[in-house]
Amino acid sequence: MIPFLQNLIDAVSLGSIYALVALGIGLLFGILRLINFAHGDFITVGAYALIVPSADVTARLLIGGWPWPLMIPTICLIVIVAALLTDALVFRPLRRASSPTLMIASFAVSYIIQNGVLMAYGARPKAVDLWSGANSQILIGELRVPMLQLVTLVVTLVLMGGLTLFLKKTPYGIQMRAAAEDFRMAQYLGVRGNLVIGLAFAISGILAGVVSLLTTTQSGSLSHMMGVPLALFAFVAVVVGGMGSLVGAVVGGFTIGLIVTMLQAYLPPDLRAFRDAFAFAFVILVLLVRPSGLVPARNTIERV
Amino acid sequence: MGTAMRLLARHQTPLLLILCLGLIAGFSLVGGDAVQVTLTEMFIRVVVVVGLFVFIGNSGIISFGQVGFMCIGAYAAAWATAEPSFKQIMLQGLPVLLQENQLPFWAAILGAIVLPALVAFGLGLAIMRLSGTAASIATFAFLIIVNSVYANWDSVTAGVSSIVGIPTVVGPWTAYAFAGLAILAAYGFQVSRFGLMLRASRDDEVAASASAVKVVRMRLVAFVLSAAITGMGGGLYAQFLGILTVDPFYLSLSFITIAMLVVGGQASLTGAVAGVVAVTAVVEVLRVLERGIALGGTTLALPAGSQEIGLGLVMALILIFRPNGLSRGRELVLPSRRLKPAAPSALSPQPETAS
Repeated sequence: MIPFLQNLIDAVSLGSIYALVALGIGLLFGILRLINFAHGDFITVGAYALIVPSADVTARLLIGGWPWPLMIPTICLIVIVAALLTDALVFRPLRRASSPTLMIASFAVSYIIQNGVLMAYGARPKAVDLWSGANSQILIGELRVPMLQLVTLVVTLVLMGGLTLFLKKTPYGIQMRAAAEDFRMAQYLGVRGNLVIGLAFAISGILAGVVSLLTTTQSGSLSHMMGVPLALFAFVAVVVGGMGSLVGAVVGGFTIGLIVTMLQAYLPPDLRAFRDAFAFAFVILVLLVRPSGLVPARNTIERV
Repeated sequence: MGTAMRLLARHQTPLLLILCLGLIAGFSLVGGDAVQVTLTEMFIRVVVVVGLFVFIGNSGIISFGQVGFMCIGAYAAAWATAEPSFKQIMLQGLPVLLQENQLPFWAAILGAIVLPALVAFGLGLAIMRLSGTAASIATFAFLIIVNSVYANWDSVTAGVSSIVGIPTVVGPWTAYAFAGLAILAAYGFQVSRFGLMLRASRDDEVAASASAVKVVRMRLVAFVLSAAITGMGGGLYAQFLGILTVDPFYLSLSFITIAMLVVGGQASLTGAVAGVVAVTAVVEVLRVLERGIALGGTTLALPAGSQEIGLGLVMALILIFRPNGLSRGRELVLPSRRLKPAAPSALSPQPETAS
């Protein structure tokens, strides 16, 4: 029972990271119909913002060395600026483009950011020491729980709660939900499209910034591709959960976290290397059984 | 005008495309080794991107998975033609027949066509009934599955180490010949009733189904043909490099090949071919600039990585300023008043000309 609970905690912690990334991707999809591959690279940008820009192998913390009340907002701000810049330069001129075109454009953005980081910081992964104390374990009964997993879970809950309050209670949040429901109708009723989209990019930037801090603390290393696997899994989480539904994105994130962790723990050792193959085969299966996801969004059903 | 002439004029697009590529292939007569390599790579990419076009262009569904078929094709070719001594040590999971023999090139290419087609048929049966985004994600999942399986199935694929000793028999002219074959196959599909029905479903799925087009079946046909052509490209790639690992067949190649298709214009065969040529040209120019140009004693060079960034920028600019790609969805035809171009074009109606 204890090993299972241990795995479950791992699953929930991994799932909450995926859920945060999936929320960022899902938010933009809801409003723009944009599947943003570059979201993972926003995370990379946030992580690299911690260190002194140089191609040296050993990384020296710059912003990362600041006290946390100053550092967390700064990192989020940098990622927000990056997100808003991609919107202004690439996605705004493509407002009328179809969903596949937007997806390919985000691919291009992702490619540019990755190689830009590569150019500025060099190709080799860098070791960084950010809050390494958070990796210490605490005992709850017989369970050993890394501090960071608890922090991750709490941060995720706080962010999800905050986002929910923002969307339900504030005028801007209500406008965003209206835009996600029916963008053109919302515009007719006086919602300013670019403002709402900018807000969505900014919020996805905050989410990406927080995720970059969490993953950097956990792994202790940076690489120019670090955001890609996160975005891949989150992207799949969004689809499995139900495109366009934020609840779906969260459900999908936790589902994928659970599947990956449990496959890792309970697949026979010979097959463990094929974990990703099993996980993604399961994704295809979910799509076949429920093409519009576990929590289908009402407004993405195509009408004739 | 004679019937033969009229037929030729009607189907001039593939011939013109093959002719243009032939002119480019001519550079291999004057260029050194580097030119040969660049040209061979380009023609192999023509095969792959034309393969992509058969499905993406005609069905309108973006597939990230075709590079997975390229991987399957490349490994099929390697299994057939790699050194038996190597296979007996490293690839003991292969059937004895393959382990002990070195099959000829044609058998390798045949394998590189048939195996991906079979896999595509199985996969397509399941996922072609999904629409739009869901199908894209499913193909994406497929790419990751192929990558994961081929990177870890040590007894058959040598895992993360590479398969060596594949005869390097593919040069620019062989690759060119196969590019021509791919173009003819894609064109043949495009003007067949299957292709026509599939494009109808791309433009308006509901109207097409209402007109008795079996959308799922048409997509499946295109998916299988596309996998066969892409797989053939993979086989050529293996026989060109002589050494094979799983790494190249992943997201980055998937991105570049889709980029080529989009830059060229995904709605036409001409676009697929033009995209490969244009992107190859851009990448080559950037590569030269990265190496540096000597200018009165000093060498001016772009920093490493500008090649990729340049490609990303070109792609974004094309999407913004020319959303339908270089070809704008039209096919290449001779500018003539007498000939009535019959090459299909869904995006822009051809101007009426008297024949």
